[in-house]
Amino acid sequence: MSGVGPQDSRGAAAVATPTTVETAAKRTDDGTLVGRSSSTKKVVFYVLLVMFALMYIFPFIIQLVTSFKTQTDANNNPLNLIPNPVTNEAINRLLDTKFPRWFFNSVWVALLVTVGRVFFNSLAGYALARLKFRGRNALFTAILAVMSVPGIVLLLPKFLALKYYGLYNTPGALVIPLVCDAAGVFIMKQFFESIPPSVEEAARIDGAGTFRTFWSIVLPMAKPALITLTILSFQGSWNELGHFIIASNKEDLYTLTRGIAGFASGGLGSGTQFPIKMAAALVMTIPTAIVFVIFQRFFTQGANAGADKG
Amino acid sequence: MPRAKSGDPMRQPVAGWLFVTPMIVILGLFLVVPIGMALWVSVSNWTGRGTPFGGSTQFVGLKNYTDLLTKQGLARQDFMTSLRNTFFYVLGVVPLQTVLALLLAVLVNQKWLKGRTFFRTAFYFPSVVSSVAISLVFLYLFAGSGAINAMLGWFGVHGPNWFADPRGLIHLAGNGLGVWDIDKPPAALADHKVLSLSLWEWIKGPSVAMTAIMFQVIWTTAGTFMLMFLAALQDLPTEVEEAAMVDGANARQRFWNVTVPHLRPTILLVVTLGIIGTWQVFDQMYVMSQGKPGKTTLTPAYLSYQAAFTNQKWGQGAAMAFLLFILIFLLTQAQRWLLRDKDEARTRKIERAQRRAARKAVSA
Repeated sequence: MSGVGPQDSRGAAAVATPTTVETAAKRTDDGTLVGRSSSTKKVVFYVLLVMFALMYIFPFIIQLVTSFKTQTDANNNPLNLIPNPVTNEAINRLLDTKFPRWFFNSVWVALLVTVGRVFFNSLAGYALARLKFRGRNALFTAILAVMSVPGIVLLLPKFLALKYYGLYNTPGALVIPLVCDAAGVFIMKQFFESIPPSVEEAARIDGAGTFRTFWSIVLPMAKPALITLTILSFQGSWNELGHFIIASNKEDLYTLTRGIAGFASGGLGSGTQFPIKMAAALVMTIPTAIVFVIFQRFFTQGANAGADKG
Repeated sequence: MPRAKSGDPMRQPVAGWLFVTPMIVILGLFLVVPIGMALWVSVSNWTGRGTPFGGSTQFVGLKNYTDLLTKQGLARQDFMTSLRNTFFYVLGVVPLQTVLALLLAVLVNQKWLKGRTFFRTAFYFPSVVSSVAISLVFLYLFAGSGAINAMLGWFGVHGPNWFADPRGLIHLAGNGLGVWDIDKPPAALADHKVLSLSLWEWIKGPSVAMTAIMFQVIWTTAGTFMLMFLAALQDLPTEVEEAAMVDGANARQRFWNVTVPHLRPTILLVVTLGIIGTWQVFDQMYVMSQGKPGKTTLTPAYLSYQAAFTNQKWGQGAAMAFLLFILIFLLTQAQRWLLRDKDEARTRKIERAQRRAARKAVSA
């Protein structure tokens, strides 16, 4: 977007080594022209990449830095990357609100939702993939139909149901409706179908019951799918906003997303409590970042699983 | 159970149903039944007091739907405004996020590139972060005294007060080009009302505030779609590319004549997923703008929420949810049709023709 000058030189510096490697490797190609044009091409590529990378990383840096700024510093020097003075005032003020409570709520809700989803989705996915019973195909069709219902139009219906069941404003309302999801069942079903059935058949002949076969033979083989599902569930529930808006209006039952969205909508336009908001956003981002860095491989698999179903 | 021994060991009616019971209970209680309840509320006059089932709640037929679609009034005006806003939002976000995603994928896909994982991670990371956290950051970036305006200041541009600016981009463009005066809209446009909004209002374009939200969404979602493009690019057989190279095609020709045709199904998928996803936008409005300024960031999803939970017009809120549902359902069907297996469609067509011919032959 801007500040092309410094990026230019950085891109050129980064490109210096690969260019020489490339000319050596490209000698089978048809001449010097290709080598020359591809080295300028590389410079262009690196410049673009570095520019985009800055565009993608910059907001997170601002978030981090502003969390340690004072209110005036944040308003007057939005681009300064060193807080002056460095203060943990914003974090302290956050700790005085219900923020710690919301954080705790987000943690236990995400944990329970994840455990529930992993267990119930794989149970159902296994039955739909392997066990033969009347009505199985109809059930699977119903799941595909359910998957095509957009989550956002369910907010009001789910609120009506929670009220009707007497669950509204209870801890259960935050977790129970989320412990099983059609998309997760679908992912597990697809995965179980890819495991050769011979192993379980052997176990069945040895006289193991259906649940034991599932639990101690099939599930251990499904480890990659289970990890993907665990991550998708944890991240999904940690980031969920809509459901927590309609599940409760008691501050003590807010999750991080719900609580922080509430105090963000306080002011429009310029200059309101940005260090506190950035600190809140930062605390919310850190767990996701940790999980993401450790399990990156599985995130990408999950994203492509989502693509397949479309 | 005892029968299991004689036949197929996987024939397990009892276990099968037991295994799927939790799923049926959860999805039934929190998805199917609620939709039924909301369907009732959408044809009732429930005001949020007491229970919607029985009591003083009455059946009002399709009134809530007609209020939104055919009856002159504030309800329809707001609903149409939300459709207008979202239409321009989709029109801006979908093409830009698709192009950006493709560009990022092509950049990251270069085999000679150092630090590919780093770049891929950086571009994908926003997709996994909470929309609330990202919305907060963008509220600050686009604040009147925020980073974006400070950067614009380097170029001598005085940035707008983004989230307080309801002016439409098309209105502004027309004003800038001298087509019209934004404060005195041409009578031909201002005086003609279609579905409760004047033509002038319909062609407004996304407001400045909405544009800031659009930047955020494009920035966030491009990473997800980049992964889909990357997967498709890695499927492109290198021999094809090499063959084109041997034939003397330059990089640009190879991109347009080899890569893009190969990516066509993915492009279609990304565009349709994008359209379906953008029509559902809610979180950003809830956190960043609440439909303000001047209702220019109202979307059907947010308006439905607001009508029910803030204004206690539950029937109207539910009706809006169903109308949005129908819209997204139609879009999904259109997607299925567009992405259908062309060969399969062709064989079916041939089969149909053959059957017709056979029938004709029999009747003749």
